[in-house]
Parts: sequence; C-alpha cells; structure tokens
Amino acid sequence: MSQRIPVKELTDSFRGRAVGALADAQLRTNFRVAMDSLMKKRADAFPDEEEREGLRELGNHIKARALSRLPDLLEQLEAKLTENGVHVHWAETTEEANRIVHTIIESKQGSQVVKGKSMVSEEMEMNDYLAERDIECLESDMGEYIVQLDGEKPSHIIMPAIHKNRRQVSKLFHNKLGVDETDDVNELIQIGRRTLRKKFLEADVGVSGVNFAIAETGTLLLVENEGNGRMSTTVPPVHVAVTGIEKVVANLRDVAPLLSLLTRSALGQPITTYVNMISGPRKADELDGPEEVHLVLLDNGRSGAFADAQLRQTLNCIRCGACMNHCPVYTRVGGHTYGEVYPGPIGKIVTPHMVGLDHVPDHPSASSLCGACGEVCPVKIPIPELLQRLRQENVKSPDEPAVVQGGGSKYSWKERALWRMWMALNTRPTLYKCFLWAATRLGKLTPKNLGPWTENHTAPVPARRSLHDLAKAHLNAEKTSGDRS
Amino acid sequence: MSARDNILKKLRAGLEGSTPRPDQFDETLVTEPWQYAPEDRIQRLRSLMETVHTEVYTLAAANWPAKVQELLENRRLANLLYAPGTGHGQQLAEFWAEAAAEQNLLAYDRPIEEWKEELFWQVDASITGTAGAIAATGSLVLWPDRHEPRLMSLLPPLHIALLKASEVEDNLYVMMEKQNWPAGLPTNLLLVSGPSKTADIEQVLAYGAHGPKELVVLILEDA
Amino acid sequence: MTELFYDAAPNATRVAPERPGPRTYPAKPPEVTLFGTCVVDLFFPEAGLDAIRLLEREGIRVHFPQEQSCCGQPAWTSGYVNEAREVARAQLNLLDNGLPVVVPSGSCAGMFRQHYREVFAEEPDTLKRVDDLAERTFELTEFLLHVCKVDWQDLGQPTQIALHTSCSARREMNTHLHARELLGKLANVERLDHDHESECCGFGGTFSVRMPEVSGAMVLDKTRSLRESGAVEMVTADGGCLLNINGSLEKQKQTFRGRHLASFLWARVSGEVKS
Repeated sequence: MSQRIPVKELTDSFRGRAVGALADAQLRTNFRVAMDSLMKKRADAFPDEEEREGLRELGNHIKARALSRLPDLLEQLEAKLTENGVHVHWAETTEEANRIVHTIIESKQGSQVVKGKSMVSEEMEMNDYLAERDIECLESDMGEYIVQLDGEKPSHIIMPAIHKNRRQVSKLFHNKLGVDETDDVNELIQIGRRTLRKKFLEADVGVSGVNFAIAETGTLLLVENEGNGRMSTTVPPVHVAVTGIEKVVANLRDVAPLLSLLTRSALGQPITTYVNMISGPRKADELDGPEEVHLVLLDNGRSGAFADAQLRQTLNCIRCGACMNHCPVYTRVGGHTYGEVYPGPIGKIVTPHMVGLDHVPDHPSASSLCGACGEVCPVKIPIPELLQRLRQENVKSPDEPAVVQGGGSKYSWKERALWRMWMALNTRPTLYKCFLWAATRLGKLTPKNLGPWTENHTAPVPARRSLHDLAKAHLNAEKTSGDRS
Repeated sequence: MSARDNILKKLRAGLEGSTPRPDQFDETLVTEPWQYAPEDRIQRLRSLMETVHTEVYTLAAANWPAKVQELLENRRLANLLYAPGTGHGQQLAEFWAEAAAEQNLLAYDRPIEEWKEELFWQVDASITGTAGAIAATGSLVLWPDRHEPRLMSLLPPLHIALLKASEVEDNLYVMMEKQNWPAGLPTNLLLVSGPSKTADIEQVLAYGAHGPKELVVLILEDA
Repeated sequence: MTELFYDAAPNATRVAPERPGPRTYPAKPPEVTLFGTCVVDLFFPEAGLDAIRLLEREGIRVHFPQEQSCCGQPAWTSGYVNEAREVARAQLNLLDNGLPVVVPSGSCAGMFRQHYREVFAEEPDTLKRVDDLAERTFELTEFLLHVCKVDWQDLGQPTQIALHTSCSARREMNTHLHARELLGKLANVERLDHDHESECCGFGGTFSVRMPEVSGAMVLDKTRSLRESGAVEMVTADGGCLLNINGSLEKQKQTFRGRHLASFLWARVSGEVKS
C-alpha cells in the first residue's frame, strides 16, 4: 500500500506516518483496547442522558461566557493573583515562555526541575529548551516519565504512554534504570515512585500546568490522580505554572460543572484523586509550600483562533481527551501519527493555529467527519464544523486574505477547476442529464484502477438506467394508468 | 509593546462590536442530580471512597485516638506525623501519653527545609483533620494551614483523616456556598478522593503512585 | 441561551445550539417530493424507485423533479464553499414549493436540515427559505415511521440482518432509531447487533480517497464485524456507506453484501423477490 508514497513522506506527513502505524499490529491492539475501555468508562460515568446534556450545555455556556470577556478576565486574574503574591508573566510565543521559565530558574541558580503533567510545556518543548541550558527537566507523571525515558513524545494527552504495554515498559526500566524485569504493573509503578521521589526532594523548581485559572479568586486549579502534581507544586521552593490564555474562567463556582465534565469525560471518574487549588505562595508562618509561585500565560496562536468567532470555539477545550478516545481515526493510527503535541480531533483543530496550516496541511482532511468527537465533547465544541472550516481555509486561493496562519496551503487550481466543473454539472439540469446519460451508457467502460479508491474497493459501476430515468418512466406509467381509471 | 499588551490588544480587537455573554449559570444542573437524604449521604460518601480503596470507619467521636493506635499497630508502623497546633493534634498527644503508646509521634512543627529527608523517607503515617466532605464525588475537603501543613496528606504512605459526620455535604457546589469559598481561600485547598493512584500502564490501576498508598477515613459521630 | 450564533453579531462568541427537542411530525400529506440523491441516482437507482413504491403504497403521490442533482455535500465537506452554495441554491430553488421532501439518505437529509444553515449563513434572506426546507425534509425511514405510521405485513421468509447507519444519518437525523423501529415492524426479520456498530465505516466522502490507508483500515474492520454478526446481509439507508462497504466486500472477494434499506423494505412488504 505504501509504495505510492515517497519515502520522505513516510515520516513527514500524516498519511505517511499513518501507513507505518497501521502496519504495527501491537500498536493498533494497544490503542483499540485502551480506547474501547475509555469509551465504556465515559458512558458508564454518564448514565443519565438528560443530566449529561444539561451539564454539557452549561459547560459550553461557561466557556463561551468566559471567552466573551477574555481580555477582562485575564486582567482580573492577573490582578487577583498579584494580590495573592503570585508573579504573572505573559508570553506571545513558546520561545518567550521558555525564556521566562529559564530566567526564573537561573535567578535561583537552579539546575533541577521536576514537572507535573503539562501539555502547554510540551507545546513549548520546555524539556529540550532547558536541557540545552544544562538544566534537567524531569517528567513526574508516570506516563510522561515513561515516555521521556524512552525519548518519545506523549501519544495521548491524558494517557501519555498508552501506546506501550507492560512488557515494553519493563524492558525500558530494565535498560535505563538497571532494575530487574517484571510483568507486575504495581512493581513497575513502585520503581517509578522510588526514582521520582528522590527527584522531588532535590528539585529546585517545580513546573506544572493548570486546568482552570479562576479570575474571581486568583486560583490555579489542577487535577490529577498520582500526587505528582501536588509534589511538583508543594515541595520545590519555586513553583512555575504554565498555561494557555484560554484556561481562565470567571467564577469559582464555574469549576463545579467543569470539573465534573472533565473527569467523567476523560477517564469516567466522578472526580480525580486530587483537586489542587493553589491561591498563592507559602505564607510567612506556613511550614511548607513554595516561597515563590509564578504563572506564565501563553498565547502561541490562541489569539489567532480567537479572532474568528467560529474558530474561537476551539478555545472552549478543557483537554479531557474524550474526542480522541472516540475517534475512529485516532484509534487506528495513534497519537504519534499526528506529529504534533495535540493529537486526535482536538489536535486537528487547535494545531493549525499554533504552527500554521501549512505545517499540518493534512490535519483537517484526516477525518471522515463522522461526528463522534463533537458528540462527546463536554464543552460542545462543534469539531466537525471547525474541521470543515479549516478545509475551507486550506483550499483558499493565495490571493484571498488568510484567516488562519498558513492558510491556503492545499490550494490547487486544478482541484478548484474540477469543483467548478462539478458545480456546472450540478446546477445545469441539461448538463447533469447528459452526464447521467453518458455515465449509465458507458458504465461498463469504468476503468479497473481508480487510484486510491480501488486500493480498497472494486471500481463502482454506474447502473444502466439512472433514477432520473427510472422515476420518469415509473411516474409517467402511474399517471397514465391513473388517468385511465 | 509588551507581550501582555499585544495579547490583550489582539483579544480586544477580536471582540470589537460584541457584548459579553450574560451569566446564565443554572445551579440546579450541578445540585439537583446530586442531592441525598441525610441518612444516605454518608453511605454515598463511604461507598464511593471504598470503591477507590479507601478504608472508612464510623465511630463515636471520643474513640478515634484509640482507633488510630490500632490502625498503626495492625500495620506494625513505627511513627505517626501529627499537627500539634490543632485541637485533634492535642487530643492525640494526650491519648498517646496516657496510653503510653509505643509509636513515635512526630510533630510537624518546623519548616520542611529543616527535615526534608526525614519527612520524605522515614515517616510511616500521618493524621490530619478535614474541613468536611462531599458525598456526590466521595471527596474530603482539606484546608491546610500553618498548623496542619500541605505535605502531611501527601508524603507518608498512610494518611488517616478525621471527618465529622455533620460536615458531609451533598455536592461541591453546596460545599462552596456553605463555606463561602470565594470569600477567602487558603494557600492550597485540596479535594482528596482516595489514595494516590495511576493507570498509566495498560490502564491497570495501581495505588501509591507518588502520594499515600493507603487512605483511612474516620467518620466521627457526635456523642 | 436563545441567542444562537446565526443571529448574533459577527464577532460575538458563539454558544452551541440547545439540544433540539423531539421532532413533531405532520399528518400524512397527499403528495411529496422525492430527492433521490446523486449516489442513488447513479449507483442504486432501484433503491430510489423502491422508495417511490413504498411511498405510493401509503397512498402518497410522489413527485420527482427531473432538475434535481446533488445536495452539495461533497464540495461543502471538501471546503469548496462557493461551489457547494450554488449547487445547494439550485436544489433550494427547485424544492421551494412547500411540499414535504423525502430523502432516501440520512446524510443528504442532514445536509438540508443542518448544514444549509451554515452554507447560507451570510444570506439572511435565504436562511428563511433554508429553515422552511429543513422543516419539510424527512429521511425516508423517519417519514415512513412517523409520518406515514406504516403498518406492514412482512411477506418475506425469516431472515437475520445487520443494520448500518451512516454517521451523519445517526447523529443528525437519528436514523438508527427510526430504522430499528421500522425493521421491528417486520415479523420475520431479526436485526443482529454488530461489534462497534456506531463506528464510522470509513467512507467520509473524499476522505476515502485522500486518506485511503486509514479509510481502508476502517472499512476492513467494519466489514469484518458485519460478517461476524451472523447476519445474512446488511441493510443501510445511506448510499455512500453502501458504495464503500460493498466495494470493499467485493474487493475482498467476500459473498456477504449490503443492500439499501428501501429495497429491502420493498421486498419484504411487496413480496417481490429480486435478484
């Protein structure tokens, strides 16, 4: 199947990487099993359809309301956090964000950073940035740790190492940490616990993401099951949180429905083990907690999505991963095929704003628009609608102004000419009928090879008489017999 | 222009001519499905917490220090981290002295920097209070402060939490309202719903990822 | 949450439309228009004819405007909006006579009912006509079930079938529910579930040629679970999926096949057995 794709495209394009992933039986099994289980967990967590739909509408409303006053809320958040003693930084690009984080670490002469799970830091490629500056930045979420140890990137935003099975993890720990191999998941986790606990103790700076930033109280809310998030935000003397500008919500009470939507959609849990609400650094008389807390607010293309009222809905996302769990494409090709930080349906609609459509030209079209993602999205992002919109932006002529950066990257005058012909055919009845006449008469001449279609199918042969033809004959006969009676 | 100004300017341009969406928060959506009769509330909390490997005991308020000692003895643990500045901390210390209990009481009474190694590796168990619990999700509310620091509920392999039966609320929304959270939050407010866990390898659930391997909740009934 | 994005100021932050309540159905009309759809027109014309027969059997006079072509979906989903809009406009003008429109395809019916609003979002005057068309559009099984309220005698031999519903039919038109209920009225037909029934067959219009490897993996899985369901055949109310699934089965040299639901239903209630 892959012979038609140039070698370079095998690693450089979605389609090429998909071919590789599809050929990996172990990978496909790992994903199918995991996604089936996650879908079931979500379904079980929402037994009452009315309740679920009401909550989704509320979630959508809260995010839409927050976005409709985003600049004001960001200022309010900044003011509140500052009042609480948190330092707030702003970054337009990932480079700027990295520089800010690095400066903070340097000011403490830090050399070891321990990180709770943060997709924004993945966006920033913070680990690499800091490593180049001789600062060790260690992932502490078990899945992230496994992936980092193997020099990989996460393949799922909630379950970073979902593409690996226990034997692969065991082999990895054996090779990298020198421990004995074991098939016992508990034992593997305990190995991780012992190794990382030492790192928490030694770290100069802890880095975390943020699930919701609450403007009303100046609070950073983090959810997690492992406790590594709490470790990273409590033990090291400095805590740096990094987050996208879309994570702010107006009121504390807004997190009640959002939390419930997030944890139930992600893993089918009523709540995560820990919900960690941080509203400031250690107070003068307190005995633990970081002495300094920083928040870095990152744009990285989000304001570009924000500029368009339709695409703005992308920013509703609360990063639960339900869209990928339910995506038939993701399930088959896995997260690495997307080649970017955010995989799956959300990745397809958010990544173009971060890196430009021209860098991910196939993202919008790698979908059958089946709608499963939009159906489960807890904040009702119309993902298929946005994919359609991005396709539209991607075939625009270079003469038209680009709404999305790198738009028009799939423009082809040949393809446009074909669609023009298609339009002529379907708007001029005489032409359409000529086409039907020809197609039904010449159906037998349909070539056996119709390019990509005939890789998976036989060539479709048009019927000998079209419905136009059959219906006319049938209805005329009816009419005649009707007139006679 | 600074990054801040640029970002805000871009966002404001995007909203030009539009008005903020009105606040239509429908609280019944987060309260009505999560209401329980008083007699079911604790049962709900208990069963949810037990589902995620939490041990829950209901006992008369006066009996808890003895129960704590029993828990430690059964597990053959050598020490217990406690908060001497709290009411329950003092109660515990008095009981310990009277009973001449052999487990060491470790008071969290100095900054972490002074005994980080010990806290990390040598503490077997801890006991803390709670600021109530939420039946809907099976969650404890922890309100760490100067007397009862944050790491007490995180570092030791066993965490024992005291919960007053009268302080269990139906759901998070009601809890926020009753305790008026927006009026003033602590440095670090926590919801804890079981011992630390992970399912990052093959989605197999394993407890004791980074935090406590065991969580024990003692629900104290008023005399 | 009344202010939907269609009516809001251009820069206003959008909220999702509220979930529509159950659709209310009109009394059975004396006449309807059949919108055949381009795939049925060219590849499954018998199914279109069977749809006409099923409607006539209920005493309804069926019109088939010869000027009809395609709903515009292929261009729309490919991002060619202007081209899609003009094709859509041609159908809109053609169907602008107040008659109910019955469509033997969930995804084309969904195009009329849901996506024409997006296609014509910038033409407020057209939107009124779009709404009117949406209100009058019914997918075939929905129309037979809820408008005609059919009461059928099953004249066929006992059989076991699997039902596949296209994703847009399922999500935009609830076709899976209508088709299940309709099939439930046939005494000798047993509907068997298949593995991952609600999952996409991999067609997705141009997706099947833009991403043939992924699409191919999806249709392989779909045909496998259909075959393994124990059913004798598959029925579906969507031409695109049928083209995809049957084309793949034939390529695999399997004997199992799918059939358009209209043809299946007509065979059961007319007693006609076709080759």
